[in-house]
Amino acid sequence: MVEKTPWLNAATHIILLLGLLALLFPMYLVFNAATLDIQTVNSIPPKLTPGPHLWDNLVEAWVSRDFGQKFTNTLILALGVVVGKITIACITAFGIVFFDHRLRMPIFWMVFITLMLPLEVRIVPTYAVAANALSPFQTIFDAVGISWLFNALTGIELSLEWNMLNSYTGLILPLVATATGTFLYRQFFLTIPDELVEAAKMDGAGPLRFLWDVLVPLSRTNIAALATIMFVFSWNQYLWPLLIITDPSYGVVAVELGKLVPDTNTTGGDIPKWNIAMAGTMIVMIPPVIVVIVMQRWFVRGLINTDK
Amino acid sequence: MAEINIRDVRKSYGKTEVIHGVDLTIQNGEFVVILGPSGCGKSTLMRMIAGLEEITSGDIAIGGTVVNDMEPRHRGCAMVFQNYALYPHMSVAGNIGYALKVAGVKKPEREDKVKAVAKSVGLEEFLDRKPGELSGGQRQRVAMARAIIREPKVFLFDEPLSNLDAKLRVQMRHEIRRIHNRIKATSVFVTHDQHEGMTLADRMVVMNNGTIDQVGTPEEIYNSPATLYVAGFIGSPAMNFLDGLLSAEHGAVVLGDGNRIGLPTRVSPELDGTIVHLGVRPETLSLTSPGAGTFDASFEFYEELGSEGLHHLMVEDVPFSVLNEHKQRLAEGTKVGVNVDPSAVHLFHAETGKRISLSATPAMADGVPA
Repeated sequence: MVEKTPWLNAATHIILLLGLLALLFPMYLVFNAATLDIQTVNSIPPKLTPGPHLWDNLVEAWVSRDFGQKFTNTLILALGVVVGKITIACITAFGIVFFDHRLRMPIFWMVFITLMLPLEVRIVPTYAVAANALSPFQTIFDAVGISWLFNALTGIELSLEWNMLNSYTGLILPLVATATGTFLYRQFFLTIPDELVEAAKMDGAGPLRFLWDVLVPLSRTNIAALATIMFVFSWNQYLWPLLIITDPSYGVVAVELGKLVPDTNTTGGDIPKWNIAMAGTMIVMIPPVIVVIVMQRWFVRGLINTDK
Repeated sequence: MAEINIRDVRKSYGKTEVIHGVDLTIQNGEFVVILGPSGCGKSTLMRMIAGLEEITSGDIAIGGTVVNDMEPRHRGCAMVFQNYALYPHMSVAGNIGYALKVAGVKKPEREDKVKAVAKSVGLEEFLDRKPGELSGGQRQRVAMARAIIREPKVFLFDEPLSNLDAKLRVQMRHEIRRIHNRIKATSVFVTHDQHEGMTLADRMVVMNNGTIDQVGTPEEIYNSPATLYVAGFIGSPAMNFLDGLLSAEHGAVVLGDGNRIGLPTRVSPELDGTIVHLGVRPETLSLTSPGAGTFDASFEFYEELGSEGLHHLMVEDVPFSVLNEHKQRLAEGTKVGVNVDPSAVHLFHAETGKRISLSATPAMADGVPA
């Protein structure tokens, strides 16, 4: 757009500003509520100018819900998911793009179809597996008679169990497989010229060496983009932890934040502590915001994918 | 240093065969250029030597060892690619030294070698740069250095000069020849550019449609092309072709319009009446006044080439060109005569396209008194 049209330019800017306001106003409401005391925050009409209680509210939110522990847990969850997703997506895409075998398209499509099956859709079977990761094997063994054979031979009842409820493994593993990441990597790998692959072959690099020495450094921006998206995604995990974590020492921030939001059960008819809830919201928002700010430059480059 | 033996090599993609049984021996230390148009299978043949393409049938041996089932890295070949294929994230030094790094050569030793090789191709000032910051010619040098450092038995060049501008291409051509003279590794160079082929090659291999048409020194190929295809492909400006009949009675080729072009040798009776394509190179012809030459033609247009002029004519409706330092700018349609030197005439069988060698005895021998 290089045309000189002052009126259209002005209109564009007005639309942009309105959009910005629409985005930022709720944020301001959160910040504003977090600075007020409990009476003011519930007053009608609402007070739209900040009060002096920000620090007190932050401290109360942090202490009352034990956010220190929750932050650690969520950080472990988020880093685990990010590292896991990047590794798996990278290796899967590597296998799909660079090895010429009959199954590569079927496998790619199978991975791709899982985009249509997010965790929310498959949450019941996933829970069943998390409760006992070996139960599918148990079912197979029972069906084909291996369990019976084992029992007959050793006299011991075959009963496989691996419970992942209330554990970091249980939090992380079901979230790790990623069609989005695989797809992103695949698209990037497809832009790698064949000659580069062949040059590495001539230089004597085997497939893993090529992956590590050439593909991984070249996909740095991709990694950054994927890491950013996935960090925010896992930091905001709510449903899955809510379902499988009953032990508060494994709790994550989103679930804890949910408990801060006042309803009649938690307040018991008292005045709802919206100021504390909003202070909690601000605390929980900080890490993803920092990650996005730091990674932003890489993130944009990784998604537009023109860096050569 | 190694000899390459290619024995009845074929390549098919699915049911389509693209290389139809190629036999070729490349001597130790020789510089061989494989020349042909795009799609003739020349690159495929080279990639089979490198191990980047599977061999459907036949054998390729390097230094006496059959390498059909060997991984590229075990074959001792280094390759320079058309688009250089440098690793964009590594510095020049990293690119040159990568093969050694993979091979597990220690860092100090590696750095010394990289420096030495970089110096030999004039890159020592650029070792810390990334390929993206280099010019086309410099990238080409990095690609060469990357090949040289491995001290390969065989050098493979896959149209390495086609991305350079004309001046740089000539310069790099000389560079490649110099490097070859110094290293003396067996080299195979694939190109579609006949100038590169003629100037670089010890021996040239002309390929067409997945078969080898002719193998020989550039001179042999220029002077006695084995097929109609080679004759038309080699030489610039291209050879002129006229259709005619061989006549034993006249010892000549009789053209469609009845004109005869005398031949330096006798036509053996069994060839009498053969339909032939007669080829003459533009540089062996000269112009004369109408009726005075071997046949007449009408002038079409003139091209200035500096030292010489290229005269485009029409013989009946066949385009015909004469390259000569006697420049004549004539009006379109002017009648001119063309002088053909009988000893510079090439004959090709119209059906097979194969060269017809006339009997070795010169026709004049009969007339010489005993």
